[in-house]
Parts: sequence; structure tokens; C-alpha cells
Amino acid sequence: MYVELSGINKSFGSFQAARDVSFVLAEGTLGALLGPSGSGKTTILRMIAGLESPDAGDIRVGGVRVNDVRPSQRGVGFVFQNYALFRYMTVFDNIAFGLRSQKAPKAKIQERVGELLALVNMEGLEKRYPGQLSGGQRQRVAFARALAPSPRLLLLDEPFAAIDAKVRRDLRSWLRGMIDRLRITSIFVTHDQAEAIEVADQIIITNGGRVEQTGTPLELYREPATPFVARFVGDSQVLEGYGRLVGFGGAPPDGQCAIRPEFISVCPPGEPVQYENSAEEAEVVSLAFRGSSLEVGLRVKEFALTAGYSLESGPLSVGDKVKILIFRVYAFQGEKVKLVNNDRLASLGNGYNFAI
Amino acid sequence: MAYVREERGWARLILITVSFLFVALMLILPLAQVLSKAFEHGIKPFWEAVSDEYSVKAARLSALTAILAVLLNTFFGIAAAWAITRFAFRGKGFLITIIDIPFAVSPVIAGLVFVMTFGRLGWAYPFLQEHDLKIIFATPGLVLATIFVTLPFVAREIIPVLAARGTDEEEAAVLMGAGLWRTFWKVTLPHIRWALLYGIILCSARAMGEFGAVSVVSGHLRGKTNTLPLHIEILFREYHTLQSFSVATILVIVAILILIARHVVERVGRKEAEYYVR
Ligand SMILES: Nc1ncnc2c1ncn2[C@@H]1O[C@H](COP(=O)(O)OP(=O)(O)OP(=O)(O)O)[C@@H](O)[C@H]1O
Ligand SMILES: [Mg+2]
Repeated sequence: MYVELSGINKSFGSFQAARDVSFVLAEGTLGALLGPSGSGKTTILRMIAGLESPDAGDIRVGGVRVNDVRPSQRGVGFVFQNYALFRYMTVFDNIAFGLRSQKAPKAKIQERVGELLALVNMEGLEKRYPGQLSGGQRQRVAFARALAPSPRLLLLDEPFAAIDAKVRRDLRSWLRGMIDRLRITSIFVTHDQAEAIEVADQIIITNGGRVEQTGTPLELYREPATPFVARFVGDSQVLEGYGRLVGFGGAPPDGQCAIRPEFISVCPPGEPVQYENSAEEAEVVSLAFRGSSLEVGLRVKEFALTAGYSLESGPLSVGDKVKILIFRVYAFQGEKVKLVNNDRLASLGNGYNFAI
Repeated sequence: MAYVREERGWARLILITVSFLFVALMLILPLAQVLSKAFEHGIKPFWEAVSDEYSVKAARLSALTAILAVLLNTFFGIAAAWAITRFAFRGKGFLITIIDIPFAVSPVIAGLVFVMTFGRLGWAYPFLQEHDLKIIFATPGLVLATIFVTLPFVAREIIPVLAARGTDEEEAAVLMGAGLWRTFWKVTLPHIRWALLYGIILCSARAMGEFGAVSVVSGHLRGKTNTLPLHIEILFREYHTLQSFSVATILVIVAILILIARHVVERVGRKEAEYYVR
């Protein structure tokens, strides 16, 4: 494994920001550190870069323990949360900074900076100051600056946080494409699960300074290992006492579970219901257009649920009484999570037959 | 409505008038008095007073003291501001508080502190005697006293600028292999240069004009330990009013130059900030 953290602990005074953090990342892949605010993502990234030193544990990059290697010798490029561009230097000087620190020859610097400017589509803007650039342009300069000294590992702290939604999507796929092209091992921090799922090869979920789970986006999505992950990934909702739902009678009375919109099927009103005795009565309380489908807010018994609804499935309006089928839920069992299927639908066959 | 506005108009007018009158009465008139007194009998007596051997020596000593104090305080101010805003350490709050002591303590006490340390009754006196060193009633004492009273100026100007800016530009520089020196010159200094210059200007002004602390440690040895303010006071006491005011003119001119420099630095600094920081 290219990047390996094992048993990392870090405290700031009496506050423990990282607790026994361990994970690995393969060479040439893109990892995402995903977690809520304050869960220790930046701290972990800074420890890998050498800006912070762990109290205990080992950090390896390329098989070599780097705990005692100076930050500048670790071969990491770092894109800061707000880019930290040198405000009093031009774009050119920003990108050239690392090369000049290494005392690279002038011609080489000129060539490399030109290369990077082309890479990030910033040719012709090299004489500008960061204050004269748009958010997206600044991000690309920060990216070029981090790449200029040819690092072997690229770390990005919330690279899209300061950019508005539209540009963000473009930048996301741009970054993904760039990393694929350069084949540089990278780790980025985000608290947006959709972003991590869309872009990353490997996701490391942090919570309260701990790593909750690591895996590919699909693994995390399909097999959340802890209630926290089940809640955090996907548009999950948490239900308490889900045993009152039809088909889940086997649950403990105060059993908690997480449910995703795609676990629920809404039968169009007026159409025959296929599995009548497995269905729930529900009332449509809200409708929101989500581009290619509708997001339906439902009231079932005392629960509020959200489900998806295809625009092709016939008209639906607020106040409609509909039948819904709940296929499965993620039941919380202490610190573990178990996939529980609707027992009245058992005959339909279990397993992952839902498309993602 | 018109009435209210008129009222405001009156209040405005009165406040502005009072401010100008006060400044004129308390600042401009006395300063003009100094100048008019100095040139009372024309340029010749003025020039004689100013180019007098002792006056020149006092001016030189003042300049030397100010330059040394400003240099040392600039160095200290940058180091302290850097440490306070860039590192976490025990006793930081204490350091911040004691940097301000010179603002709170009377300069006379500052002078006495050095006399009690290095003077005949001070604990360091035997050591100084042994090595044939002289601090009190000598130039080192003047420099020390001046450093003491001007210590906060540079640090106080830079700390807020550094604190407001965070550390990530420096961290980025270090990650890219820049040493401490390169990081300071290329990354930190551009941010603080105007604040630093402003601090240096204030520090110089105070150093040139310092009277109290310097008076205690000087011993008033004419031509040896008399700075300009001390020299002026002695001339005045000895009823050499014209000479006294003539020499004072030098300080007034220095003060005006410093004011202009300050104004320029403030303006240019603000303009630059507008240009680079959005
Ligand atoms: N230098 C520090 N001194 C004290 N506490 C710190 C320091 N750096 C981080 N912390 C604390 O450690 C915890 C984790 O911080 P960290 O910045 O790693 O969170 P994060 O996951 O990056 O959050 P965000 O998404 O808000 O950026 C926070 O509670 C924070 O207050
Ligand atoms: Mg963070």
C-alpha cells in the first residue's frame, strides 16, 4: 500500500483530535477523507503532510516511515482549504515558488510553470495576482502550485468548499480527470458525501477523531458497518421503532434503523398494488422536483419518509393516499448495522437486486 | 425635519470648530511660538545656536540612540510578533501583557530601574567595575532606557496583522521547501511591511523625543550624555531661551517629517491592501 497510517493518535491539550486512526491507500488512487465538521479530517491530512506530528503511530508513504522526515522532504503537495496562495506574488511566482526553493535552473522553471499553466488552463493569466482571479481560477492555481515540484502524493483540504455549486461539479470531474491523467496518489477532504461517492476510489469515514469505516464508495453505500455510516452515506433517514412498519415485525420495540429513498417504492394511485398485504398506507405530504425524478415526502403511521418517484409513473399530488412498499432497512444493533428485509417480501428473493 | 437637520448642522459646526480651536490652541500655537522665538532675531543667532558644538553632539547622540533603539526593537518586535502569532507556548499571555508594560509605567521609573541595576547601588555594578564597563551616565544607559520606553511600538503594530492572517501561507511555503529566511522575506514580510514601517516610524518619533527615562540615566554630562531633549531643557534652565528654542526647532522639524512619513505610509499601505486583497 502506498499510504499507510497505523495507530495514529493526536491530542491538542486535553482534546483528542485523532484516536487510533489507521487506513491504507493504494498507489495511483484517489482517497476521500469524509466526515462531519470537527471530526479530524484536516488534522489527519496535516499529519500526513508533516505540518502536525502524531503523538503515537506510524505514517508510511511509499513503504517508508515518514514520521521523522521534514515536511519539505516528504514529497507531498498540499492544497489548502482556502488555497493559501501567496497574495503578493503573481500566478507565475506562486507556481514557481517550490521550484525556486529547490534552486531549479531558470530555464527549467520557465518550462515547468508553462507546462502547469497549460495543464490548468491558465495560460495568459500568469501576471495576475491571486486577488484578481475567480474562485475556480484560484483553486486551479493552488493545484498547479502544489503539483509544480512533482510530488508523489497530493493532499487537498476541501478543494471545492469555497466554490459555488455549478462550478463545483465541473471542477470535481476536472480534478478526477486530472488525477487519472497524472496517476498521482491523492487524498482529499470533504464533508459532502455525494462528492466523495462521485469522485473517490476509496473513502475513509471519520467521526469524532476515529475512522468509522473505509472502503470503496459502493461498499460503504451497500454495507455500512456502523449506524453512523448508515446515517451519513446516502440520503438516509433514521426511524425509531421501525417494528411498527408492515413486514418488520421481528424488530425490537424501540429498534432504530436507517432507510434510504431507494428502499421505498411508491405505487401510483389508482393502479393495482402487487403485494397488497406487504404494503403500507401512506399520505403524500410534499413533492419536490429533483431534475429527473420527484422526491416524495410521505407520512406513514408516525414516521416521515422520503422516497423517489419516476416522472413516468403517472400523476401524483400532495394529499394523495398511496400504497408504498418498503423493501429493506439498515437495522442498528449496538455499534453494528444489519440489512433487514421486509419479511413479507421474503419470497421475492433477497440480496442486492437494487440498482445503484 | 428641517429643524432637526439644522440642529445637527449646528452641532456639527460647533464640534468641528471646537476641535480645530483646541488643536490650534494646544498644538499649533505653541509650536509656532517655538519657531517664532527661534527666529526672533533672524537666521544668524538661530544658526549659531544650532551649529554650536554641544548642540551638534546632542543631535548626534540622539540620532545614534534612536537608531540603535529602533533597530533592536524592530528585531525584537518581529521576533516576538512571530512567536506570539505562530507558535503555541506556555506563557504567551504573559508575554503579550509584559510587552505593554512601557505603555503603563512612567518613563522615570524605567530610568530608575536601570540605575538600580547598573548604577552604583545596583547589583550588576561590581561586575561592570571589574570589566571597566560603564552603562549609567553613558551612552549604553541612554540606549537601554530608550529601548525600554519604545519597546511595544513595533510588536504592537505587527501582531494584529499577523494574527488576522493565519499561518497557512507560511505553511505552504515550508511544505514547498522554503527555509525560514526565504519564508520570512518572500511570504511574511510583504504582508507586514507597511505595519512594520508604521511601527518603526512611531518608534523613531518616540525615541527621538524621549525625555524622562533618559534624563534619569544620563547624568547630564554636556557633550557626552546629553541628548537633544535634555540639551534643550538645560539651555532653557540656564536662561538661554533663544538657543533653547532654536535647538527645539530641530525636533519640531523631525516631528513634522515623521508625521508626513506616517501619512504616506498609511495611504500607500491602504492602497496596496485594496489592490492585493479582495
Ligand atoms: N491547533 C489546534 N489546537 C486545538 N484544537 C485543534 C487544533 N486543530 C484542530 N483542533 C480540534 O481538533 C478537532 C478536529 O479538527 P479538524 O480541523 O481536523 O476538523 P475537520 O474534520 O477538518 O473539520 P472541518 O470540516 O470543519 O474542517 C476540532 O474539534 C478542532 O477544534
Ligand atoms: Mg478541516
